[in-house]
Amino acid sequence: MDAQNILGANPGPHASPHAAEAKVVVENFSASFGPVASLRNITLTVHPCERLAIIGPASSGKTTFLRSLNRLNDLEPAFRHTGRILLDGTDIYDRDADTPALRRRLGMVYATPTPLPWSIYENIVFGPRTAGVTGRRRLEDIVERALRGAFLWEEVKDRLKMSATDLSGGQQQRLCLARVLALEPELLLLDEPCSGLDPISTAKIEDAMAELKARYSIVLVTNNTKQAARASDRTAFFLMGELIEIGPTRQVFTNPVHGRTNDYITGNFG
Amino acid sequence: MKRPSPAAMQRLAVSFMWLGTILTVGVLLFIVAYILTLGLPHVTWEFLSQGPRLMGREGGVFPMIVGTLWVAGLAVMIAAPVGVITAIYLTEYTLEGKLTAVIRFGADCLAGIPSIIFGLFGFVFFAITLGMGLSVLSGALTLAIMVLPTIIRTSEEAIRAVPRAYREAGYGLGATRWGVVTKVVLRSALPGIGTGVVLSIGRSISETAAVMLTAGSALRLPTSAFDSTRTLALHFYILAREGISMSKAYATASVLIVAILAINLFAYWVMQRFVAKVR
Repeated sequence: MDAQNILGANPGPHASPHAAEAKVVVENFSASFGPVASLRNITLTVHPCERLAIIGPASSGKTTFLRSLNRLNDLEPAFRHTGRILLDGTDIYDRDADTPALRRRLGMVYATPTPLPWSIYENIVFGPRTAGVTGRRRLEDIVERALRGAFLWEEVKDRLKMSATDLSGGQQQRLCLARVLALEPELLLLDEPCSGLDPISTAKIEDAMAELKARYSIVLVTNNTKQAARASDRTAFFLMGELIEIGPTRQVFTNPVHGRTNDYITGNFG
Repeated sequence: MKRPSPAAMQRLAVSFMWLGTILTVGVLLFIVAYILTLGLPHVTWEFLSQGPRLMGREGGVFPMIVGTLWVAGLAVMIAAPVGVITAIYLTEYTLEGKLTAVIRFGADCLAGIPSIIFGLFGFVFFAITLGMGLSVLSGALTLAIMVLPTIIRTSEEAIRAVPRAYREAGYGLGATRWGVVTKVVLRSALPGIGTGVVLSIGRSISETAAVMLTAGSALRLPTSAFDSTRTLALHFYILAREGISMSKAYATASVLIVAILAINLFAYWVMQRFVAKVR
């Protein structure tokens, strides 16, 4: 229908959501963990096969937003929300939504690498096995494909039985990415995936993201504005739980609509 | 008076630490060595494989070994699943609140009750009211209640010590709560839970008062869970107290000590292997 919107050419902060084309539609979403709201009235869409970066200073609600998308905030008893989040047109907070299945569709990588204290192989097959995949051959195929997708296969192919915690930090983070890819998700949620990594590991993860974009939508939360500029198609700027601005990355970085966005990306904050 | 120099203070402090450590280890070694010296010469193959004669003055302790294994084994087999499930409920399935506080307080109180009280309760409730009589089953159930708090609290600590990041990783990969608990949390907490279970085995084996009132003191080999039996610890108590045979008493104590040492070593070995495999 509206080709411009699919490409993300001109979706202003309150562009009308087109449920049919958008992967994720967030409508007036607010969230809190007690008296103070962490997110206020967020409305945005994530298109198929795009990389959306979310930038903003500390406690601007970036991570809360990301964790709202795969309902990880539900683990907090104090979590409350209003508004809707639609994935392919279905409300993910629907009463009889299947949360584990949802989380399989939205693969999440956390800020600190969180390998489970098992072997590389076991870390990757955990998700597929939970989803009911059986058979050694099938699982081995999944492991290889996932590790290749995360640019880790060549480094670990001969030692899949090795403990994941013995990998370097950068390798652990790519393992976490591989673990998520093994589930063949529809969307990747990356929460500052490179925050503790050296430049080479960061480059590898960004390379992986560039390739994965062909098949997945990616939502990338990052504190690193340079990374957002390098590795995203659109950028959203969050501040104090509010969405200040969203637009094509180039535009947000060269010609932001809001003064506060400009202050943040140029480092003149506060 | 001149204050001692920092270096002298340091030496003094270290000497006290040494003294404390030597005293602790020394007392332990002395007890174990004393009993083993008096007892081990009387521990023969016959002693281990035969039944007692003349109330235990002659013969061996084979029925008591079997009885101890029955009672302690059954007790831990009952208490471990119940305790671990309770710990899972307390840590993973409820919010902290009045109910958890009450359960935890109850468990702590239970842990502080003298074992003879458990024995009395077991005697009245299991042996008389439920009609189980003085039997392996009455003894095992009583011991199970007695070690339950230990298992609950050690399991709880072990489960709580599992990093939150592991749980989030599990949920993030699409596991249900039960999946996260069984496949991620318990797997990491198993060494800690195992420690609690081993402690409980040791306590069950060495318990005397509670089993005297519930399992009885029969000398014959128990052939079913409803038979009365006499555990090693109780046999030692009766031999020593009634002055039947001090050498047999020390021999029984030696078997008990060696058994507990062996169980602990075995458990540590298994745990080490497990940890090495997982990490």
